[in-house]
Amino acid sequence: MANKEFITVDGIPVPIEGEANLLEVIRKAGIKLPTFCYHSELSVYGACRMCMVENEWGGLDAACSTPPRAGMKIKTNTERLRRYRRNILELIIANHCNDCTTCKNNLRCKLQDLAMRYNIDGVRFPNTSGNARPKDESSDSISMDPSKCILCGDCVRVCHEVQNVGAIDFAFRGSKMSISTAFGKPLAESPCVGCGQCVAICPTGALVVKNHITPVWKAVDNPELKTTVQIAPAVRVAVGKELGVRDGENVMGKIVAALRLMGFDEVYDTSLSADLTVMEESAEFLERLEKGENLPLITSCCPGWIKYCENKHPELLSNVSSCKSPMQMFAALLKDRAKKNGEKMFHVAIMPCTAKKSEATREEFATDGCPDVDAVITTNGLIRMIKESGIMFDDLEPEAVDMPFGTISGAGVIFGVTGGVTEAVLRRVAATKTRAALLSVANKGQRGMEGIKEFDLEYGEKTLRIAVVSGLANAEKVIKRVKSGEHFDFIEVMACPGGCINGAGQPYIMHEERCERVKGLYEADRLLSVRCSDDNPVISELYENVIGDRAHELLHVHYKKK
Amino acid sequence: MHENFDFSVTDRILADHKCAQQLIIAILQDIQEHYRYLPREVFPYLAEKLDMSEARIYSVATFYENFSLEPKGKYVIKICDGTACHVRHSLPILERFRQELGLSENKHTTDDLNFTVETVSCLGACGLAPVIMVNDDVYSAMTPEKASELIKKLKEELANA
Repeated sequence: MANKEFITVDGIPVPIEGEANLLEVIRKAGIKLPTFCYHSELSVYGACRMCMVENEWGGLDAACSTPPRAGMKIKTNTERLRRYRRNILELIIANHCNDCTTCKNNLRCKLQDLAMRYNIDGVRFPNTSGNARPKDESSDSISMDPSKCILCGDCVRVCHEVQNVGAIDFAFRGSKMSISTAFGKPLAESPCVGCGQCVAICPTGALVVKNHITPVWKAVDNPELKTTVQIAPAVRVAVGKELGVRDGENVMGKIVAALRLMGFDEVYDTSLSADLTVMEESAEFLERLEKGENLPLITSCCPGWIKYCENKHPELLSNVSSCKSPMQMFAALLKDRAKKNGEKMFHVAIMPCTAKKSEATREEFATDGCPDVDAVITTNGLIRMIKESGIMFDDLEPEAVDMPFGTISGAGVIFGVTGGVTEAVLRRVAATKTRAALLSVANKGQRGMEGIKEFDLEYGEKTLRIAVVSGLANAEKVIKRVKSGEHFDFIEVMACPGGCINGAGQPYIMHEERCERVKGLYEADRLLSVRCSDDNPVISELYENVIGDRAHELLHVHYKKK
Repeated sequence: MHENFDFSVTDRILADHKCAQQLIIAILQDIQEHYRYLPREVFPYLAEKLDMSEARIYSVATFYENFSLEPKGKYVIKICDGTACHVRHSLPILERFRQELGLSENKHTTDDLNFTVETVSCLGACGLAPVIMVNDDVYSAMTPEKASELIKKLKEELANA
C-alpha cells in the first residue's frame, strides 16, 4: 500500500482509488456535494456548477469534471462556495415555476431539497418561468413542463446514452434554450418509447409520470362497477422506503391488504399471467427452434422495447414473440370472464412502468373499443393512493390474493428483474425439475445486473445461444450484431437498466439499492412451493376450462409494421 | 418519410462527407448553401443516414444563428448592428428595409421569397459603418435613402432576370 495516492479534502487525506473525478473522491469521504447534472451512470456534463470546490490557490474547480490528482488540497465548504451555490440556486429558482404545493414532484424535488439545504429564503431576480413553452401532455406516459426545467440535461443524456432513443435534446441557445423534441413536436409524435427513465432522473417536476389516480378512485366508489386490480412482480419490493419498510423487502401481502381496504373488489398477482407468458413463449420458442425460423426469438413483455422495435427495427417484429405482455394477458382473461358473466368491470394494473400506460391504450389491446386495462397506476401512484387513504402501511397484516387466480409460481415472480423471463423459460424447458436442476438453471448466466449477458445452453443435441439485455442502448448493440449475421436463439430485452425493478414508475434508487430489490424478488421466488410455471395448478386449470382453443385470441398479439 | 422530396442533393452532400456523424455542421452548411435554408424533410433523412437522433440534429441547427429552418429570399440582406454600425445609425436603415419590403421583427422574408432582411452582430468591417451585405456583396456607409434605392435596383434586377 506504500504507493497509494491521496488528496486532501477539507484537511482530511482521502485515497484515490481509481475514481474518474474529484466528486466521487469527495463523496467517498462522506461529503454530500450538491449536484443537479452529475450522474455516475451518465457522461459528465459539468453545467450546473453546484459541485464547485476551492483549490489550494483559491481557484474554483467543478468537482464532477476534474480528474483527481495526487496531492490536491481542496475545500468543499467555504463562505465563498456557499455564496456561489446560493447564487446559482437563486438564478435557477428565478427561472422555475414555483408552484411546489401542487407540483406532482412535491417533496421528491432536488431543487426543493437544495434550496432548503442552502437556506434560500428569497430570490432577488424577477421570475421568468412564464416565458417557457406550454406543457406537453400528448404522451400517455409522460408529461413535460418546460417552466420547471432547469436545463441540467440529465433527461437528454439518459435518453441518448442509456436508451439510445434520442427523443429529446437541447434546442436553441442562451435564454431561449429548452429541452425539446425535433421541431418541438409533441412527445407523442416523437420517437419517445415512454420508458420514463428521463422522469426518474429529472431533479425537478419538469418531467413527471402521467397520473391516472382520479378515474381509479371514481371506479372504486362506483357500486355498479366491479374493480379488479393486478400487481406486477417488481412492485412488491419497491414500495418499502416511502411507506416505512425497508426497500427490497417483499410486502406483497401488505399491498393486497391495502388495496382491499381501499375498496378494490378483487386483487390479483401479475405473476400468474407471467406464468401464462412462460407457457406460451416456451411453446413458441420450441416451435421456432424446430422449424428453424424467425430466430432469435425476442421477448415481448416490455412495452418500451416493443415501441423501440417498431420505431427503429420494424423488420425485426417477426422475431418478437407474439405473446401479449403478462399485464395484457391477465386483463384479457378478466375482461373475458366479465363479459361472460355480464359484469361491468374496471380493471386496474399496478406497474413499475410508465410505458405500460401507453401499452394499455394501444388499439391491439381493446375489446369492442374498450381497453382491457382501464387504468395503469405506477408504484409511485400506489404509494400516493395508500397515503391518501390514510392507511398505516407498516401496521397492516399481510393478506393473500384472490382465487381463482391465487396460486403463483416463482418463475412468474422473477419476471421483475433482468434475466427473469429467460430463467422462467429455462425452468419450463428443463427436462427435470429437481432442486439440483433448478439450482443449475439459476447459474447459467442470466442473473446479475450487467447490461448484456450472453451464454450458451445445451438443449438436447443443440447448443442454444442466449442473450439477456437491459437498457435499450444495450439492446441496440445486440440487435446490430444480429443484423450483421451473428446467431442468437433467444434474446430477452427489458428497456430499463436492471429490468422492471428499476422501472420509472418505482421510487428512484441508485445501483446498490437495485441489488436489494433483486434479492427481494429472488427470495420471494425461493419461498414459493411452486417454482416452475408448468407446475402451477391454476395454469393447467386455466388452459382446460377457460383458454381452451382460444389461446391465440386471449394471449397473443401481432404488432404490425406502421 | 416525405416521398415527394428529392434527396439526391442530400445524398451527394452526405457522400462528400463520408456520412460522418461528427461532420454534421459541415453537412448542414452545405445543405443550407444549396437550398438557402434547411428543409424540414432532410432532418429525419439525415438522422437515419448518420445514425443520430433527429432531436440532436435539430439541436445543432437551432444552436447556430447561421442556420435557418425557414426558406430565405433570393436576396439575403444582412444589416450589421454591431457597436460601430449601431452608433452610426444602423437601426433606421433596418427600419427602412423592413418598411420597403413589408417585413418586421417577426417576419424576415417576403412572401414571394425574393427578400430576407436580418441583422447580424458584426460583419467585421467597422471602418465602413454602417455596413450591410446583400448575398456576397458589401455595401458601405449606408443611409435609409441608399437602402430605398438599393431595393429599387434589386427589384429591377429581378424583373429583368
